[in-house]
Amino acid sequence: MSAARPIATTRMAAGMPTGRLAVWWVIASEIVIFGGLLGSYIMYRLAHDAWSEQAAHTNTWIGAFNTLVLLTSSLFAVLGHKAADEGDGPKAAKCLWLTFAGGATFILVKSFEWAMEISAGYTITASTFWSFYYTAAGLHALHVIAGIIIMAIVAVDAAKGRELHRVELIGVYWHFVDVVWIFLFPLLYIAK
Amino acid sequence: MSDTDTHHSNYVKIWAILVALLVVSVVGPMFEIQLLTLISAFGIAFVKAYFVVKYFMHIGHAARFVGYLVVMCLAFMLLFFAGTAPDVMKPDGQNWVKPSWQEAAPGAVQPKSEGHH
Repeated sequence: MSAARPIATTRMAAGMPTGRLAVWWVIASEIVIFGGLLGSYIMYRLAHDAWSEQAAHTNTWIGAFNTLVLLTSSLFAVLGHKAADEGDGPKAAKCLWLTFAGGATFILVKSFEWAMEISAGYTITASTFWSFYYTAAGLHALHVIAGIIIMAIVAVDAAKGRELHRVELIGVYWHFVDVVWIFLFPLLYIAK
Repeated sequence: MSDTDTHHSNYVKIWAILVALLVVSVVGPMFEIQLLTLISAFGIAFVKAYFVVKYFMHIGHAARFVGYLVVMCLAFMLLFFAGTAPDVMKPDGQNWVKPSWQEAAPGAVQPKSEGHH
């Protein structure tokens, strides 16, 4: 029976299941990716005062709302983890679907925001600030989309009480996506 | 079920703190005081990230090397910043200058001298 389960769920390495180890390795590589991008943004932003004029066109309230959405979705993700630890698959699945709804809301709001900005002429080629803006926010949005797709797959299994350990794994990834946005928000929306 | 020995906290309380911090980070910069903006926006971002990593990601309950791994990646990020920032942020240096940089960024720091080529 255990042979039918993915080996990452049963094998231990370095004191933890290899599935969890893999998630932390993914996060470590993501820190370097986003760190490099945000570090570059900070360098240019500090050296170019004119960027504050460009940043003034981003909508702080939309950014704040999306931050609230992601923080709330993280709450549901960790409540799902708690439910999975208690062996309550249906409750964990319910929490994951609520997290999914948060991620989908984030993407929907982002789409409207970008549509408004692009129609106002602030495209990715408008200036170096907007290039950074779309690259950083776009890369983050891709991570949100990937997260909600995986979340849906995990939720379907969790509802049947299967592979509940994956609830924690997708949760850890989701919280990292939240942390990245926590830093993107002041950089792109508040520093004006 | 996960193989973790995670101690679950009062997550709703943590979330409420995070939302309160979000409100402060939005309201603080409205006073348009640079120091207050730095503290309320960027300082609070670090506090929020700490709360999420500690209480939601449970990094304290992961194997110790996970913490080392994360710190090492952050250290590499700082190394990258320190190594490249002088070239990116300065308009000139020893035996080099960026004349077009000034034209492209009118609000940028002015070069210290014009003598380098």
